[in-house]
Amino acid sequence: MKQPIYLDNNATTPLDPRVLEAMLPYFTEKFGNAASRNHAFGWVAEEGVDYAREQVAKLIGCTEKEIIFTSGATEADNLGIKGVFEMYKEKGNHIITAVTEHKAVLDTCKHLEKNGARVTYLGVKEDGLIDLAELEAAMTEETILVSIMYGNNEIGVIQPVKEIAAIAHKFGALFMTDATQAVGKIPVNVIADGIDLMAFTAHKMYGPKGVGALYVRRKNPRVKVTSQMDGGGHERGMRSGTLNVPGIVGLGKACELCRLEMESETIRLSALRDKLESTLSKMEESYVNGNTQHRLPHVANISFKYVEGEGLMMAMSDLAVSSGSACTSASLEPSYVLKSLGLSDDLAHSSIRYGLGRFTTEEEIDQAIAVTQKAVNHLRELSPLWEMFKEGIDLSKIEWAEH
Amino acid sequence: MAYSEKVIDHYNNPRNVGTLNKDSKFVGTGLVGAPECGDVMRLQIEVGADNVITDAKFKTFGCGSAIASSSLATEWLKGKTIDEALTIDNMDIVEELALPPVKIHCSVLAEDAIKSAINDYRVKNGLDAIVLEKSHH
Repeated sequence: MKQPIYLDNNATTPLDPRVLEAMLPYFTEKFGNAASRNHAFGWVAEEGVDYAREQVAKLIGCTEKEIIFTSGATEADNLGIKGVFEMYKEKGNHIITAVTEHKAVLDTCKHLEKNGARVTYLGVKEDGLIDLAELEAAMTEETILVSIMYGNNEIGVIQPVKEIAAIAHKFGALFMTDATQAVGKIPVNVIADGIDLMAFTAHKMYGPKGVGALYVRRKNPRVKVTSQMDGGGHERGMRSGTLNVPGIVGLGKACELCRLEMESETIRLSALRDKLESTLSKMEESYVNGNTQHRLPHVANISFKYVEGEGLMMAMSDLAVSSGSACTSASLEPSYVLKSLGLSDDLAHSSIRYGLGRFTTEEEIDQAIAVTQKAVNHLRELSPLWEMFKEGIDLSKIEWAEH
Repeated sequence: MAYSEKVIDHYNNPRNVGTLNKDSKFVGTGLVGAPECGDVMRLQIEVGADNVITDAKFKTFGCGSAIASSSLATEWLKGKTIDEALTIDNMDIVEELALPPVKIHCSVLAEDAIKSAINDYRVKNGLDAIVLEKSHH
Protein backbone atom coordinates (compact mmCIF):
# COMPACT_ATOMS: atom_id res chain seq x y z
CA MET A 1 0.00 0.00 0.00
CA LYS A 2 1.26 3.45 -0.87
CA GLN A 3 1.85 5.50 2.27
CA PRO A 4 -0.20 8.68 2.52
CA ILE A 5 1.61 12.00 2.72
CA TYR A 6 2.15 12.74 6.39
CA LEU A 7 0.83 16.18 7.30
CA ASP A 8 -0.14 15.56 10.89
CA ASN A 9 3.06 16.68 12.59
CA ASN A 10 1.13 18.37 15.39
CA ALA A 11 -0.11 14.96 16.46
CA THR A 12 3.34 13.46 16.41
CA THR A 13 6.51 13.66 14.35
CA PRO A 14 8.52 10.82 12.88
CA LEU A 15 11.71 9.98 14.74
CA ASP A 16 14.73 11.59 13.11
CA PRO A 17 17.20 8.81 12.17
CA ARG A 18 19.98 10.81 13.83
CA VAL A 19 18.01 10.69 17.08
CA LEU A 20 17.50 6.94 16.75
CA GLU A 21 21.22 6.48 16.20
CA ALA A 22 22.01 8.37 19.40
CA MET A 23 19.50 6.27 21.34
CA LEU A 24 20.42 2.79 20.15
CA PRO A 25 23.50 2.13 22.34
CA TYR A 26 21.40 2.90 25.42
CA PHE A 27 19.15 -0.05 24.66
CA THR A 28 22.05 -2.45 24.37
CA GLU A 29 25.57 -2.07 25.76
CA LYS A 30 24.81 1.12 27.72
CA PHE A 31 21.80 -0.38 29.47
CA GLY A 32 22.67 0.68 33.01
CA ASN A 33 20.44 2.35 35.54
CA ALA A 34 21.42 6.01 35.76
CA ALA A 35 20.87 5.82 39.51
CA SER A 36 23.46 3.04 40.01
CA ARG A 37 26.28 5.01 41.61
CA ASN A 38 28.71 2.19 42.22
CA HIS A 39 29.67 0.77 38.86
CA ALA A 40 30.54 1.71 35.32
CA PHE A 41 27.17 0.66 33.86
CA GLY A 42 25.43 3.24 36.00
CA TRP A 43 28.02 5.91 35.32
CA VAL A 44 27.74 5.50 31.56
CA ALA A 45 23.95 5.78 31.70
CA GLU A 46 24.17 8.79 33.99
CA GLU A 47 26.63 10.42 31.62
CA GLY A 48 24.13 9.99 28.77
CA VAL A 49 21.39 11.56 30.87
CA ASP A 50 23.61 14.45 31.97
CA TYR A 51 24.60 15.20 28.40
CA ALA A 52 20.95 15.13 27.33
CA ARG A 53 20.08 17.48 30.16
CA GLU A 54 22.63 19.95 28.80
CA GLN A 55 21.24 19.62 25.29
CA VAL A 56 17.72 20.28 26.52
CA ALA A 57 18.80 23.18 28.72
CA LYS A 58 20.65 24.81 25.87
CA LEU A 59 17.57 24.77 23.65
CA ILE A 60 15.37 26.60 26.15
CA GLY A 61 17.99 28.75 27.87
CA CYS A 62 18.00 27.26 31.35
CA THR A 63 20.44 25.31 33.53
CA GLU A 64 20.61 21.52 33.67
CA LYS A 65 19.28 21.38 37.21
CA GLU A 66 16.04 22.97 36.12
CA ILE A 67 15.01 20.05 33.91
CA ILE A 68 12.78 17.31 35.35
CA PHE A 69 12.39 14.41 32.95
CA THR A 70 8.90 12.93 32.69
CA SER A 71 7.02 10.48 30.48
CA GLY A 72 5.78 13.30 28.26
CA ALA A 73 4.03 16.64 28.23
CA THR A 74 0.83 15.34 29.81
CA GLU A 75 2.74 14.19 32.87
CA ALA A 76 4.72 17.43 32.91
CA ASP A 77 1.47 19.45 32.81
CA ASN A 78 0.07 17.36 35.66
CA LEU A 79 3.22 17.67 37.73
CA GLY A 80 3.52 21.41 37.14
CA ILE A 81 -0.07 22.35 37.89
CA LYS A 82 -0.87 19.87 40.65
CA GLY A 83 2.62 20.27 42.09
CA VAL A 84 2.31 24.06 42.31
CA PHE A 85 -1.21 23.87 43.72
CA GLU A 86 -0.15 21.54 46.49
CA MET A 87 3.08 23.40 47.23
CA TYR A 88 1.55 26.89 47.33
CA LYS A 89 -1.94 26.26 48.65
CA GLU A 90 -1.16 28.20 51.83
CA LYS A 91 -0.70 31.24 49.61
CA GLY A 92 -3.88 30.88 47.58
CA ASN A 93 -6.08 28.51 45.63
CA HIS A 94 -6.72 30.41 42.40
CA ILE A 95 -5.43 29.22 39.01
CA ILE A 96 -5.96 30.98 35.69
CA THR A 97 -5.88 29.15 32.37
CA ALA A 98 -7.59 29.43 28.98
CA VAL A 99 -10.36 27.53 27.23
CA THR A 100 -8.13 26.63 24.26
CA GLU A 101 -5.61 24.72 26.38
CA HIS A 102 -4.85 21.07 25.77
CA LYS A 103 -6.92 18.59 27.77
CA ALA A 104 -3.82 17.74 29.81
CA VAL A 105 -4.10 21.22 31.32
CA LEU A 106 -7.90 21.60 31.34
CA ASP A 107 -8.62 18.24 32.89
CA THR A 108 -5.86 18.70 35.46
CA CYS A 109 -7.47 22.00 36.46
CA LYS A 110 -10.87 20.34 36.64
CA HIS A 111 -9.38 17.70 38.89
CA LEU A 112 -8.01 20.40 41.20
CA GLU A 113 -11.38 22.12 41.34
CA LYS A 114 -12.61 19.04 43.17
CA ASN A 115 -9.79 19.54 45.66
CA GLY A 116 -10.54 23.12 46.51
CA ALA A 117 -8.98 25.05 43.65
CA ARG A 118 -10.80 27.95 42.05
CA VAL A 119 -10.03 28.05 38.33
CA THR A 120 -10.68 30.85 35.86
CA TYR A 121 -10.89 29.73 32.23
CA LEU A 122 -10.17 32.74 30.05
CA GLY A 123 -11.91 32.91 26.70
CA VAL A 124 -10.03 33.86 23.56
CA LYS A 125 -10.56 36.48 20.89
CA GLU A 126 -11.60 35.35 17.45
CA ASP A 127 -7.97 35.10 16.39
CA GLY A 128 -7.34 32.62 19.22
CA LEU A 129 -5.27 34.93 21.45
CA ILE A 130 -6.23 35.70 25.02
CA ASP A 131 -7.11 39.24 26.01
CA LEU A 132 -4.38 40.56 28.33
CA ALA A 133 -6.73 43.04 29.98
CA GLU A 134 -9.06 40.18 30.79
CA LEU A 135 -6.18 38.24 32.30
CA GLU A 136 -5.16 41.19 34.42
CA ALA A 137 -8.72 41.69 35.58
CA ALA A 138 -8.94 38.04 36.61
CA MET A 139 -5.81 38.18 38.78
CA THR A 140 -6.39 38.24 42.54
CA GLU A 141 -4.34 38.02 45.73
CA GLU A 142 -5.24 34.36 45.79
CA THR A 143 -3.88 33.65 42.30
CA ILE A 144 -0.94 31.29 42.58
CA LEU A 145 -0.57 30.14 38.97
CA VAL A 146 -1.27 31.33 35.46
CA SER A 147 -1.02 28.48 32.94
CA ILE A 148 -1.32 29.51 29.32
CA MET A 149 -0.01 27.47 26.41
CA TYR A 150 2.75 28.77 24.15
CA GLY A 151 1.56 27.63 20.71
CA ASN A 152 -1.82 26.07 20.09
CA ASN A 153 -1.95 22.51 18.79
CA GLU A 154 -4.97 23.00 16.52
CA ILE A 155 -4.51 26.44 15.02
CA GLY A 156 -0.88 27.20 15.84
CA VAL A 157 -1.42 30.65 17.31
CA ILE A 158 1.31 31.85 19.67
CA GLN A 159 0.12 33.54 22.86
CA PRO A 160 1.88 36.73 24.06
CA VAL A 161 3.86 34.74 26.60
CA LYS A 162 6.16 37.54 27.78
CA GLU A 163 3.26 39.86 28.52
CA ILE A 164 1.33 37.09 30.24
CA ALA A 165 4.36 36.29 32.42
CA ALA A 166 4.73 39.97 33.36
CA ILE A 167 1.10 40.19 34.46
CA ALA A 168 1.36 36.97 36.49
CA HIS A 169 4.50 38.20 38.21
CA LYS A 170 3.05 41.62 38.93
CA PHE A 171 0.48 39.86 41.09
CA GLY A 172 2.99 37.49 42.66
CA ALA A 173 1.79 34.41 40.77
CA LEU A 174 3.87 31.87 38.91
CA PHE A 175 3.64 31.51 35.14
CA MET A 176 3.54 28.08 33.57
CA THR A 177 3.28 27.29 29.88
CA ASP A 178 2.50 24.11 28.00
CA ALA A 179 5.01 24.59 25.19
CA THR A 180 4.57 21.19 23.59
CA GLN A 181 4.02 22.61 20.11
CA ALA A 182 6.49 25.49 20.41
CA VAL A 183 9.72 24.08 21.84
CA GLY A 184 12.02 23.11 19.00
CA LYS A 185 9.92 24.99 16.44
CA ILE A 186 10.40 28.61 17.47
CA PRO A 187 12.89 30.30 19.79
CA VAL A 188 11.72 29.67 23.36
CA ASN A 189 13.88 31.13 26.13
CA VAL A 190 12.61 30.71 29.66
CA ILE A 191 14.59 33.70 30.95
CA ALA A 192 13.63 36.14 28.21
CA ASP A 193 10.03 34.92 28.27
CA GLY A 194 9.72 34.99 32.05
CA ILE A 195 8.60 31.37 32.29
CA ASP A 196 8.57 29.67 35.72
CA LEU A 197 7.43 26.21 34.63
CA MET A 198 7.24 24.74 31.16
CA ALA A 199 6.00 21.39 29.84
CA PHE A 200 7.20 19.87 26.58
CA THR A 201 7.75 16.51 24.92
CA ALA A 202 10.17 14.74 22.59
CA HIS A 203 7.76 13.25 20.07
CA LYS A 204 6.62 16.59 18.68
CA MET A 205 10.20 17.44 17.74
CA TYR A 206 11.40 14.31 16.00
CA GLY A 207 12.28 12.51 19.23
CA PRO A 208 10.76 9.34 20.68
CA LYS A 209 7.35 8.98 22.31
CA GLY A 210 7.14 8.45 26.06
CA VAL A 211 9.61 11.09 27.20
CA GLY A 212 9.23 14.76 27.97
CA ALA A 213 10.26 17.30 30.55
CA LEU A 214 9.09 19.93 32.97
CA TYR A 215 11.26 22.99 33.35
CA VAL A 216 11.14 24.25 36.94
CA ARG A 217 12.84 27.56 37.63
CA ARG A 218 15.46 27.53 40.37
CA LYS A 219 16.30 31.21 40.66
CA ASN A 220 14.24 34.43 40.84
CA PRO A 221 12.11 32.87 42.12
CA ARG A 222 13.04 29.38 43.21
CA VAL A 223 9.98 27.34 42.26
CA LYS A 224 9.05 24.13 44.01
CA VAL A 225 6.51 21.53 43.07
CA THR A 226 5.13 18.72 45.21
CA SER A 227 5.99 15.43 43.59
CA GLN A 228 3.11 13.45 42.14
CA MET A 229 5.00 10.17 41.96
CA ASP A 230 6.53 8.78 45.12
CA GLY A 231 9.50 6.46 45.16
CA GLY A 232 13.24 6.57 44.90
CA GLY A 233 13.53 10.35 44.86
CA HIS A 234 14.79 10.69 41.30
CA GLU A 235 14.90 14.07 39.56
CA ARG A 236 15.68 15.90 42.79
CA GLY A 237 12.71 14.33 44.48
CA MET A 238 10.21 15.84 42.08
CA ARG A 239 9.65 12.79 39.90
CA SER A 240 10.53 9.36 41.17
CA GLY A 241 10.97 6.47 38.80
CA THR A 242 13.94 4.92 37.02
CA LEU A 243 15.03 7.24 34.26
CA ASN A 244 14.10 6.30 30.71
CA VAL A 245 17.71 6.61 29.60
CA PRO A 246 17.34 5.88 25.84
CA GLY A 247 14.31 8.17 25.70
CA ILE A 248 16.08 10.96 27.54
CA VAL A 249 19.12 10.62 25.27
CA GLY A 250 16.72 10.85 22.32
CA LEU A 251 15.04 13.94 23.74
CA GLY A 252 18.46 15.55 24.18
CA LYS A 253 19.53 14.78 20.64
CA ALA A 254 16.18 15.98 19.27
CA CYS A 255 16.60 19.28 21.14
CA GLU A 256 20.11 19.73 19.78
CA LEU A 257 19.00 19.15 16.19
CA CYS A 258 16.08 21.54 16.59
CA ARG A 259 18.37 24.21 18.00
CA LEU A 260 20.85 23.88 15.14
CA GLU A 261 18.28 23.68 12.34
CA MET A 262 15.51 25.89 13.66
CA GLU A 263 16.39 29.02 11.75
CA SER A 264 16.56 27.42 8.31
CA GLU A 265 13.62 25.11 9.04
CA THR A 266 11.40 28.01 10.05
CA ILE A 267 12.07 29.75 6.76
CA ARG A 268 11.52 26.59 4.73
CA LEU A 269 8.39 25.44 6.56
CA SER A 270 6.67 28.80 6.66
CA ALA A 271 7.24 29.18 2.91
CA LEU A 272 5.66 25.77 2.29
CA ARG A 273 2.81 26.46 4.71
CA ASP A 274 2.15 29.83 3.08
CA LYS A 275 2.05 28.21 -0.34
CA LEU A 276 -0.44 25.60 0.83
CA GLU A 277 -2.54 28.09 2.70
CA SER A 278 -2.64 30.86 0.14
CA THR A 279 -3.58 28.44 -2.65
CA LEU A 280 -6.29 26.66 -0.67
CA SER A 281 -7.73 29.82 0.84
CA LYS A 282 -8.29 31.13 -2.68
CA MET A 283 -10.92 28.47 -3.13
CA GLU A 284 -14.44 29.79 -2.82
CA GLU A 285 -15.81 29.83 0.75
CA SER A 286 -12.64 28.67 2.44
CA TYR A 287 -11.40 30.32 5.61
CA VAL A 288 -8.12 30.29 7.51
CA ASN A 289 -8.67 29.78 11.25
CA GLY A 290 -6.67 31.66 13.87
CA ASN A 291 -4.31 34.60 13.94
CA THR A 292 -1.99 34.54 10.93
CA GLN A 293 0.64 36.91 12.34
CA HIS A 294 1.44 35.30 15.67
CA ARG A 295 1.71 31.61 14.97
CA LEU A 296 3.90 28.59 14.53
CA PRO A 297 5.55 28.23 11.13
CA HIS A 298 4.27 24.76 10.32
CA VAL A 299 0.51 24.74 10.94
CA ALA A 300 -2.41 25.72 8.72
CA ASN A 301 -6.02 25.25 9.78
CA ILE A 302 -8.56 25.84 7.04
CA SER A 303 -12.34 25.46 6.94
CA PHE A 304 -13.93 24.49 3.62
CA LYS A 305 -17.50 25.59 4.03
CA TYR A 306 -20.34 23.22 3.04
CA VAL A 307 -18.06 20.19 3.22
CA GLU A 308 -17.81 18.03 6.32
CA GLY A 309 -14.29 17.45 7.65
CA GLU A 310 -14.40 13.72 8.23
CA GLY A 311 -15.94 13.10 4.83
CA LEU A 312 -13.25 15.31 3.40
CA MET A 313 -10.48 13.35 5.08
CA MET A 314 -11.92 10.20 3.59
CA ALA A 315 -11.79 11.76 0.14
CA MET A 316 -8.19 12.72 0.86
CA SER A 317 -7.00 9.29 1.86
CA ASP A 318 -3.66 10.12 0.22
CA LEU A 319 -3.14 12.69 2.97
CA ALA A 320 -2.73 12.10 6.69
CA VAL A 321 -4.25 15.21 8.23
CA SER A 322 -6.73 15.88 11.02
CA SER A 323 -10.06 17.63 11.31
CA GLY A 324 -11.94 19.67 13.89
CA SER A 325 -14.96 17.63 12.98
CA ALA A 326 -15.84 15.18 15.69
CA CYS A 327 -18.17 13.02 13.69
CA THR A 328 -16.59 9.94 15.22
CA SER A 329 -17.18 11.05 18.80
CA ALA A 330 -20.40 10.08 20.46
CA SER A 331 -21.08 13.68 21.42
CA LEU A 332 -21.03 14.95 17.81
CA GLU A 333 -19.33 18.05 19.20
CA PRO A 334 -16.76 19.64 16.93
CA SER A 335 -13.43 21.02 18.16
CA TYR A 336 -13.74 23.09 21.35
CA VAL A 337 -10.75 25.13 20.26
CA LEU A 338 -12.36 26.23 16.99
CA LYS A 339 -15.67 26.85 18.73
CA SER A 340 -13.96 29.08 21.27
CA LEU A 341 -12.82 31.32 18.41
CA GLY A 342 -16.49 31.95 17.80
CA LEU A 343 -16.55 29.70 14.75
CA SER A 344 -20.00 28.32 14.03
CA ASP A 345 -20.36 24.58 14.46
CA ASP A 346 -20.69 24.01 10.74
CA LEU A 347 -17.38 25.75 10.02
CA ALA A 348 -15.73 23.84 12.83
CA HIS A 349 -17.02 20.61 11.30
CA SER A 350 -15.52 21.71 7.97
CA SER A 351 -11.98 22.29 9.17
CA ILE A 352 -8.77 20.54 8.24
CA ARG A 353 -5.47 20.93 10.07
CA TYR A 354 -2.29 20.57 8.03
CA GLY A 355 0.80 20.07 10.17
CA LEU A 356 4.04 20.27 8.22
CA GLY A 357 7.34 18.89 9.45
CA ARG A 358 11.03 18.37 8.92
CA PHE A 359 10.45 15.69 6.31
CA THR A 360 7.74 17.50 4.34
CA THR A 361 8.81 18.30 0.78
CA GLU A 362 7.57 20.89 -1.67
CA GLU A 363 6.40 18.09 -3.95
CA GLU A 364 4.24 16.76 -1.13
CA ILE A 365 2.73 20.19 -0.57
CA ASP A 366 1.90 20.46 -4.26
CA GLN A 367 0.21 17.07 -4.09
CA ALA A 368 -1.63 18.04 -0.92
CA ILE A 369 -2.98 21.13 -2.65
CA ALA A 370 -4.17 19.15 -5.65
CA VAL A 371 -5.73 16.38 -3.54
CA THR A 372 -7.53 18.88 -1.33
CA GLN A 373 -8.92 20.90 -4.22
CA LYS A 374 -10.19 17.81 -5.95
CA ALA A 375 -11.77 16.41 -2.79
CA VAL A 376 -13.44 19.68 -1.81
CA ASN A 377 -14.88 20.10 -5.28
CA HIS A 378 -16.07 16.51 -5.38
CA LEU A 379 -17.80 16.75 -2.01
CA ARG A 380 -19.37 20.07 -2.83
CA GLU A 381 -20.99 18.39 -5.82
CA LEU A 382 -22.50 15.99 -3.30
CA SER A 383 -23.39 18.66 -0.76
CA PRO A 384 -26.98 19.91 -0.54
CA LEU A 385 -25.69 22.89 1.42
CA TRP A 386 -23.37 23.91 -1.40
CA GLU A 387 -26.25 23.66 -3.86
CA MET A 388 -28.47 25.80 -1.63
CA PHE A 389 -25.67 28.32 -1.13
CA LYS A 390 -25.24 28.53 -4.90
CA GLU A 391 -28.97 29.10 -5.29
CA GLY A 392 -28.69 32.01 -2.89
CA ILE A 393 -30.62 30.37 -0.06
CA ASP A 394 -29.72 31.70 3.37
CA LEU A 395 -28.93 28.54 5.33
CA SER A 396 -29.25 30.32 8.65
CA LYS A 397 -32.94 30.93 7.92
CA ILE A 398 -33.74 27.25 7.52
CA GLU A 399 -35.23 25.43 10.48
CA TRP A 400 -32.97 22.45 10.79
CA ALA A 401 -34.15 19.41 12.63
CA GLU A 402 -31.46 19.01 15.27
CA HIS A 403 -30.76 15.40 15.88
CA MET B 1 -11.16 3.87 12.18
CA ALA B 2 -11.30 1.77 9.06
CA TYR B 3 -14.35 1.95 6.83
CA SER B 4 -16.00 -1.15 5.42
CA GLU B 5 -15.52 -1.93 1.74
CA LYS B 6 -19.16 -1.17 1.02
CA VAL B 7 -18.93 2.26 2.62
CA ILE B 8 -15.83 3.02 0.59
CA ASP B 9 -17.51 1.81 -2.60
CA HIS B 10 -20.57 4.02 -2.09
CA TYR B 11 -18.36 6.89 -1.06
CA ASN B 12 -16.11 6.67 -4.08
CA ASN B 13 -18.91 5.89 -6.51
CA PRO B 14 -22.01 7.43 -5.01
CA ARG B 15 -25.20 6.26 -6.76
CA ASN B 16 -27.91 8.67 -7.78
CA VAL B 17 -26.32 11.98 -6.83
CA GLY B 18 -28.42 14.87 -8.02
CA THR B 19 -31.49 16.96 -7.79
CA LEU B 20 -35.11 16.38 -8.85
CA ASN B 21 -37.57 19.20 -9.38
CA LYS B 22 -38.80 19.81 -5.88
CA ASP B 23 -41.85 21.70 -7.15
CA SER B 24 -43.18 18.75 -9.14
CA LYS B 25 -46.13 17.04 -7.49
CA PHE B 26 -44.61 13.66 -8.35
CA VAL B 27 -41.50 14.48 -6.35
CA GLY B 28 -41.12 14.18 -2.59
CA THR B 29 -38.18 15.87 -0.89
CA GLY B 30 -36.76 15.09 2.53
CA LEU B 31 -34.16 17.40 4.07
CA VAL B 32 -32.95 16.17 7.44
CA GLY B 33 -30.09 16.80 9.84
CA ALA B 34 -28.42 20.10 10.60
CA PRO B 35 -25.15 21.73 9.54
CA GLU B 36 -24.25 22.24 13.22
CA CYS B 37 -24.36 18.51 13.76
CA GLY B 38 -22.17 17.81 10.79
CA ASP B 39 -24.78 15.92 8.76
CA VAL B 40 -27.42 17.13 6.33
CA MET B 41 -29.15 14.73 3.94
CA ARG B 42 -31.46 15.65 1.13
CA LEU B 43 -33.24 12.71 -0.39
CA GLN B 44 -35.76 12.97 -3.20
CA ILE B 45 -38.12 10.44 -4.73
CA GLU B 46 -40.12 10.59 -7.92
CA VAL B 47 -43.33 8.58 -7.74
CA GLY B 48 -45.05 7.12 -10.78
CA ALA B 49 -48.19 5.09 -11.34
CA ASP B 50 -49.25 2.58 -8.66
CA ASN B 51 -47.22 4.45 -6.06
CA VAL B 52 -43.97 3.02 -7.43
CA ILE B 53 -40.80 5.04 -6.88
CA THR B 54 -39.35 5.54 -10.35
CA ASP B 55 -36.36 7.65 -9.43
CA ALA B 56 -34.41 8.67 -6.34
CA LYS B 57 -31.65 11.23 -5.89
CA PHE B 58 -29.59 12.46 -2.96
CA LYS B 59 -27.09 15.01 -1.85
CA THR B 60 -25.40 14.73 1.55
CA PHE B 61 -23.15 16.92 3.67
CA GLY B 62 -21.48 14.59 6.12
CA CYS B 63 -18.95 11.91 6.80
CA GLY B 64 -18.31 8.91 4.57
CA SER B 65 -20.87 6.78 6.40
CA ALA B 66 -23.57 9.44 5.97
CA ILE B 67 -22.86 9.68 2.25
CA ALA B 68 -22.84 5.89 1.88
CA SER B 69 -26.09 5.51 3.87
CA SER B 70 -27.94 7.94 1.64
CA SER B 71 -26.44 6.53 -1.54
CA LEU B 72 -27.56 3.05 -0.50
CA ALA B 73 -31.02 4.35 0.41
CA THR B 74 -31.57 5.75 -3.10
CA GLU B 75 -30.51 2.42 -4.58
CA TRP B 76 -33.00 0.54 -2.44
CA LEU B 77 -35.83 2.99 -3.06
CA LYS B 78 -35.93 2.73 -6.83
CA GLY B 79 -38.61 0.29 -7.96
CA LYS B 80 -40.19 -0.02 -4.51
CA THR B 81 -43.73 1.09 -3.77
CA ILE B 82 -44.18 3.74 -1.13
CA ASP B 83 -45.49 1.16 1.31
CA GLU B 84 -42.43 -1.00 0.73
CA ALA B 85 -40.16 2.00 1.11
CA LEU B 86 -41.69 2.73 4.51
CA THR B 87 -40.48 -0.64 5.76
CA ILE B 88 -36.81 0.22 5.25
CA ASP B 89 -35.31 0.22 8.72
CA ASN B 90 -32.11 1.98 9.69
CA MET B 91 -30.71 -1.30 11.01
CA ASP B 92 -30.95 -2.76 7.49
CA ILE B 93 -28.56 -0.01 6.40
CA VAL B 94 -26.27 -0.61 9.39
CA GLU B 95 -26.09 -4.27 8.48
CA GLU B 96 -25.57 -3.78 4.76
CA LEU B 97 -22.79 -1.21 5.23
CA ALA B 98 -21.33 -2.80 8.39
CA LEU B 99 -21.49 0.56 10.18
CA PRO B 100 -19.78 0.73 13.58
CA PRO B 101 -21.84 1.88 16.61
CA VAL B 102 -20.61 5.50 16.40
CA LYS B 103 -22.04 5.70 12.88
CA ILE B 104 -25.50 4.34 13.56
CA HIS B 105 -26.85 7.89 13.61
CA CYS B 106 -25.99 8.11 9.88
CA SER B 107 -28.39 5.25 9.15
CA VAL B 108 -31.05 6.80 11.37
CA LEU B 109 -30.74 9.99 9.39
CA ALA B 110 -31.15 8.07 6.12
CA GLU B 111 -34.32 6.41 7.41
CA ASP B 112 -35.62 9.81 8.51
CA ALA B 113 -34.83 11.21 5.08
CA ILE B 114 -36.82 8.45 3.34
CA LYS B 115 -39.85 9.01 5.58
CA SER B 116 -39.60 12.74 5.28
CA ALA B 117 -39.49 12.51 1.45
CA ILE B 118 -42.52 10.21 1.44
CA ASN B 119 -44.45 12.58 3.69
CA ASP B 120 -43.60 15.53 1.47
CA TYR B 121 -44.98 13.60 -1.50
CA ARG B 122 -48.10 12.59 0.42
CA VAL B 123 -48.88 16.10 1.61
CA LYS B 124 -48.36 17.50 -1.89
CA ASN B 125 -50.90 15.01 -3.18
CA GLY B 126 -53.56 15.74 -0.59
CA LEU B 127 -52.81 12.82 1.72
CA ASP B 128 -52.12 13.07 5.42
CA ALA B 129 -48.55 12.90 6.59
CA ILE B 130 -47.78 9.63 8.25
CA VAL B 131 -47.08 10.08 11.93
CA LEU B 132 -43.57 8.80 12.40
CA GLU B 133 -42.47 7.16 15.55
CA LYS B 134 -39.82 9.39 17.05
CA SER B 135 -36.59 7.83 16.02
CA HIS B 136 -34.08 6.92 18.65
CA HIS B 137 -31.43 9.60 18.52
